[in-house]
Amino acid sequence: MNEPDFPIKLESGAPMVRFAKVRKSYGELTVLDDLDFDVQKNEIVSIIGPSGSGKTTVLRMLMTLEQIDHGVIYVDGEPLTHMGKNGKLVRANNRYVRSMRSKIGMVFQHFNLFPHMTALQNCMEAPVQVLGMSKQEASDRSEELLQMVGLEDKIHQHPARLSGGQQQRVAIARALAMRPEILLFDEVTSALDPEVIGEVLGVIRQLAAEHNLTMIMVTHQMGFAREISDRVCFFYDGKIEEQGSPTKLFDNPENERTRQFLSAVLDAG
Amino acid sequence: MLEWKWAYSLEILPRLLSAAVNTLIAAGIGYLIALVVGLVFALLQRTGVRPVTFIVREIVEFIRSTPLVVQIFFVFYVGPQFGIRLSPWASGMIAIGLHYASYLSEVYRAGLDNVPKGQWEACKALNLNPVKTYFRIIIPQAIPPSLPAMGNYLISIFKDTPMLSVIGVAELVHTATTIGTETYRYVEPYTLVGLIFLAISLPAAFGLRRFEAWVARYFGMTK
Repeated sequence: MNEPDFPIKLESGAPMVRFAKVRKSYGELTVLDDLDFDVQKNEIVSIIGPSGSGKTTVLRMLMTLEQIDHGVIYVDGEPLTHMGKNGKLVRANNRYVRSMRSKIGMVFQHFNLFPHMTALQNCMEAPVQVLGMSKQEASDRSEELLQMVGLEDKIHQHPARLSGGQQQRVAIARALAMRPEILLFDEVTSALDPEVIGEVLGVIRQLAAEHNLTMIMVTHQMGFAREISDRVCFFYDGKIEEQGSPTKLFDNPENERTRQFLSAVLDAG
Repeated sequence: MLEWKWAYSLEILPRLLSAAVNTLIAAGIGYLIALVVGLVFALLQRTGVRPVTFIVREIVEFIRSTPLVVQIFFVFYVGPQFGIRLSPWASGMIAIGLHYASYLSEVYRAGLDNVPKGQWEACKALNLNPVKTYFRIIIPQAIPPSLPAMGNYLISIFKDTPMLSVIGVAELVHTATTIGTETYRYVEPYTLVGLIFLAISLPAAFGLRRFEAWVARYFGMTK
């Protein structure tokens, strides 16, 4: 690793998330190409772009579901994909990754709720098993969270008995139960029926307004991205082609590709 | 001329029924060994450590490709050559347990493979460690769909217990043979053995189906 490019620790005042020259390819296919990408604390960033542009990969790497080929990802000033060892940056071991991962939570496109557990048990599982919280406390907190997402009457239901929108709201509560500092939303409405998308977006809107969370979301809901985001990034071919405030990006896109993409999705929508 | 003697049948019935208890114990212990060792086999094959995966895979294949009765003889008669001297019961339980463990490991393997990738990712995102991921999330989802196959092997192991008679375990068939050699009458003991097996297998199969349905309901897997 080239040391000047990749410090072991970022200076104070560093962004909440920093991708430094991150590269990822699957065989011949380059998904991310020397990506530099910062997200500030409490910032809400939407990532838009055509499929295959590397949007979801950004989230999956940040959640450590996938390894990066080159570069370093930092979270809260500390390296995530690497760790300092004898003054050098080396690949992070499992233990280190586990310690860093607790700052990050993720909500998935297909919810990924545990089907053998009730909504409440889904939310309690990680606080009890990972954080060592008492069952009573975890249960109380989970109930609060499920109430917050509007599911107080469904806490003892298994996921199979819930609608897609309800399942996704449980998934949001489950992620929040771990008190992450960064919450990732990976196309969380893409698998939902149109009529329940609103209830999930409502929960995210409420989170954005009431909680101090850094949120990064990959979305196809342009209207929602515009409404909620501090910044919108247009990904194309593994790079950020254009980024800026929602007003700038949606109303005055400078880049030709951005313009093409937006006119295509907005026409379709 | 074949002749059925009711009085004789009634006289030997208690002996056969107490042997049936032995059969049930043998099947039960053998199955418990198979359940646990089978899971260990399945999990070891998923460690990703090449030599471990390879060796366990070969052991499973070897056991599955050789007859149970040979394995029973092997443990009982060849074991002492290596200084391992076991009672017929212990030898039988080890042989039948390992034999069915290798079959059950394949059932577990299929079950584990069928748990969607998203479940693993959710566990990772929630920072559950690998042991908790397996035992709290993945295995509980892998078991219910595997129950029919697991149940079939339970009945199978029960029906294979007569093989233990070859090393002198006093289960049903061994007892029937003993009675036969004492009295020179084989019709009644063997017929009764068949009926006893039937009387246990049929309700057991029915009970297993009910159990599967209950598990599916309990875990909320059914829509």
